[in-house]
Amino acid sequence: MIASAKTEFRPRYTRKELTGNQPTWCPGCGDFGILSIYLKLMEKRQVPLEKIISVSGIGCSSRFPYFVNAHGAHFLHGRALPFASGISLSRPDLHVFVFTGDGDALSIGGNHLDHAARKNIKMTCVIMDNSVYGLTKHQTSPTSPVGFRSKTDPTGSLDRPVSPMKKLIAAGATFVARTNSHLPNHVLEMMDQAIDHDGFSVIHCLSECAQFYPGAFDKANPRKGGAFDLVPANHDVTDELAAYKLALAPFPGYFGVFYQTALPTKNALEARLIADTRQETGNASPLEVMTKTLQQFC
Amino acid sequence: MIEKSTENQPQQQASAEARPKSRIQDAVIRLAGNSQDGIQVIGGFLARLAGRTDIDVMTYMTIPATISGGASIYQVRLGTGEILSAGDDVDVLVAFYQHSHNDHIGTLREGGILLYDLDQVQPDANDARHRAIGVPITSLTVEAIGGTAKDKGKNMFVLGLLTRLFDLDRAKLEPMLRNHFDKKGDAVVHGVIDAFSAGYGYDIGKFTEICRFESPTTTSTTPRIVMDGNQAIAYGAVTAGIRFSASYPITPATTVMEILRAELPKYGGTLVQAEDELAAIAMACGASYAGQPALTSTSGPGLSLKSEALGWAVMAEIPVLIIDVQRGGPATGLPTMVEQSDLNLACTGTHGDAPRIVLAPASVEDCFYTTVEAVNLARQYSCPVIILSDQALATRIEAWKMPDLRRLMRDLTPKFEPVGPDFKPYRITDEGIPQHAPPGTPVVDGRFPIVTGLEHDEAGQPSAQPENHAKMVAKRRRKLELLASRLPKAAVDGLSEGDVLLVGWGSTQGPIREAAGRARAAGRSVSALHLRYILPFQPGIQEILDGFGHVFVVEMNDQDQYGRGQLGARLRSAFSHPDIRGITKTDGLSFKVREILQQMEAKLAQSAKEQP
Repeated sequence: MIASAKTEFRPRYTRKELTGNQPTWCPGCGDFGILSIYLKLMEKRQVPLEKIISVSGIGCSSRFPYFVNAHGAHFLHGRALPFASGISLSRPDLHVFVFTGDGDALSIGGNHLDHAARKNIKMTCVIMDNSVYGLTKHQTSPTSPVGFRSKTDPTGSLDRPVSPMKKLIAAGATFVARTNSHLPNHVLEMMDQAIDHDGFSVIHCLSECAQFYPGAFDKANPRKGGAFDLVPANHDVTDELAAYKLALAPFPGYFGVFYQTALPTKNALEARLIADTRQETGNASPLEVMTKTLQQFC
Repeated sequence: MIEKSTENQPQQQASAEARPKSRIQDAVIRLAGNSQDGIQVIGGFLARLAGRTDIDVMTYMTIPATISGGASIYQVRLGTGEILSAGDDVDVLVAFYQHSHNDHIGTLREGGILLYDLDQVQPDANDARHRAIGVPITSLTVEAIGGTAKDKGKNMFVLGLLTRLFDLDRAKLEPMLRNHFDKKGDAVVHGVIDAFSAGYGYDIGKFTEICRFESPTTTSTTPRIVMDGNQAIAYGAVTAGIRFSASYPITPATTVMEILRAELPKYGGTLVQAEDELAAIAMACGASYAGQPALTSTSGPGLSLKSEALGWAVMAEIPVLIIDVQRGGPATGLPTMVEQSDLNLACTGTHGDAPRIVLAPASVEDCFYTTVEAVNLARQYSCPVIILSDQALATRIEAWKMPDLRRLMRDLTPKFEPVGPDFKPYRITDEGIPQHAPPGTPVVDGRFPIVTGLEHDEAGQPSAQPENHAKMVAKRRRKLELLASRLPKAAVDGLSEGDVLLVGWGSTQGPIREAAGRARAAGRSVSALHLRYILPFQPGIQEILDGFGHVFVVEMNDQDQYGRGQLGARLRSAFSHPDIRGITKTDGLSFKVREILQQMEAKLAQSAKEQP
């Protein structure tokens, strides 16, 4: 749970103080919207600045930490989630956010996504999906539709795309939501819920690449004549099968929280294991424990 | 067995009988059976008993790569002097099966004792080179404890036989057995003691003599620890303050993570079993970045995969410890056999100019201290440190003195002192060592640091400026130069000048020193140099090389087209000497002393022929 720092006096910060470098994204990029919402949300929640940690992998999305004036780490292509897992599990006091893209999270880092999800490691992950490789300038991505023309598929993509929502539900993520950066209020709503989720919360966020795949998500944008169908009001978010059925809907599909379940986090389970084990040792000091342990080898 | 004499010794213990006794200093016992026979347990108890009686001990084992079953051996060398290697020739071979006999009879020295299971083995009756003693091990074990003795009991029977044969301290051993099996319940403890007693009480009328170890010349009061190399690494890491680790199971490194999984929670720490090797090091990097120095343990195939994030840790200047318990390679290679062929990968693996520290422990005790030092160096120089252990060290049991924990134990809980507006993690200084502000550190009126794998400026901001990259590459390199200048001078074992210098690294230290010692005893001018610091090298190596006519680098890897192994080639590139050659081998087994000496003599003969 994200809690505002109430115990000590802190002057409120504004999103101006939280703003980092000038974004290097192209004009019209959907990622601006996500950044803006994130800054707005942190400002609203007043999460202590030094406790915010933004982690990313490689790609356009992964430039994110530079644009936030808080602690940040720019790790390797596809490996942001295990890196963030190391932070989350060793530092439960931090609020860990991972900003990743379709290539980073669903192609080179696809396996890490499954395991961060099943382990329910406490963090919030935003997959900023533009369905194209932008930083390397217009190659096919794992979410590009069949027939998508790119520099690596000049005659049109042949491979069926990954379904992020199906993958996330199947992997056992405990909070799975879908949104579109064209609709900032909905993005804010999803992020607001995601950071309150105690566990691995993940948001699949459509985020248009104006440069290499303009109009990719027009069908999901009411202002461009598309449909933005919210998850039906009677949908039971704890029903995994129903969530999976929602994920089966053809593009543009549904938007909102597909699945949410309350399961203990790995952070909590490990903390319990530590507490129980420490108790077994009589809460002995490290020196006492090690001395006793090595004596058993004598 | 060294320095045997057959004079009668006065009776010293009630258990000893009035029969001829050999005073021995050293014995090599090879137990050959199948992996489910629990022969490691015999070796383990002999080693632990030795540790308690100030007898030096070293073990050697091979394990089959199969899940269950398969031939396996365990060799124990016990001695009253300093034991350097597991021994070339076997003094006592215990053969559980016909295949054990057939496969290992060749290792038994002439005059050695073949102890075989009369129920299973038919030795060659015409072979008069050894003293063959048949004992119905299987049927006597069944008689003692019932059941079929197929999987259990025989090992305890044999332990009893050996205890009698070597006149070991039964009074000390029995409580150890009881203690060890206590958790498994009374029935098991009774079975163990019954089988052991049956072996001990076996009519050894056929034994021509009882061998007794000479009393140790010195009796230390410091208790001695008996453990293997992977255990020493795991406990060394915890001692040095490691509280977070992430690994992926891989032979022969897995026991490091198994131990840490059980031990770290006692200290408030965690081991995470990662989904793969890439994730394991990524998690370790994440924890280290967050202020808690972390480690990941693996073997060669895992080091290949970890090379990716190793480069990130170099670039971001984050301390991370990588344990590589080497096995035979490349690819899946020889998972259960030993090789020292990861040195090049450890020193240069990953793209770009990526300075890191590489250390190689020489013994089980050194595994502990090298790990402690590696953690300290990773923190001091804020970079990745790789420890090159190997399968031989991982499975070898040695006895060593209890470390001074009070002095060595560290609390590495991160501190979060606020930093000001001019905070720059990567200032370019003469020493080049960065100052990190881990997440949680308040930044007063300034830019929070971003730690990145992109080339960056002093503030950590990405920069592709040509002169900046050149400066930063040099800055990271200077850290190793600084470390090299602070390392102790390399020291020679033996005279500092002479004909031949045998250079080695890692687990080969024992056989190399023993080889040099034997050569010296035979009147040759041979010294040894063992390198623990592989990258950077210590000072003083050039001066040492200058003192010798021939430099032979002994290592368990293949030679390149110029006749040098991996360390040999690195020495050749770093130092000047007209004759650096390799003594290498690639059979997946540890060096025998004899093999080193034979290759040395062959190379010297070759030199003499070429330059008469």
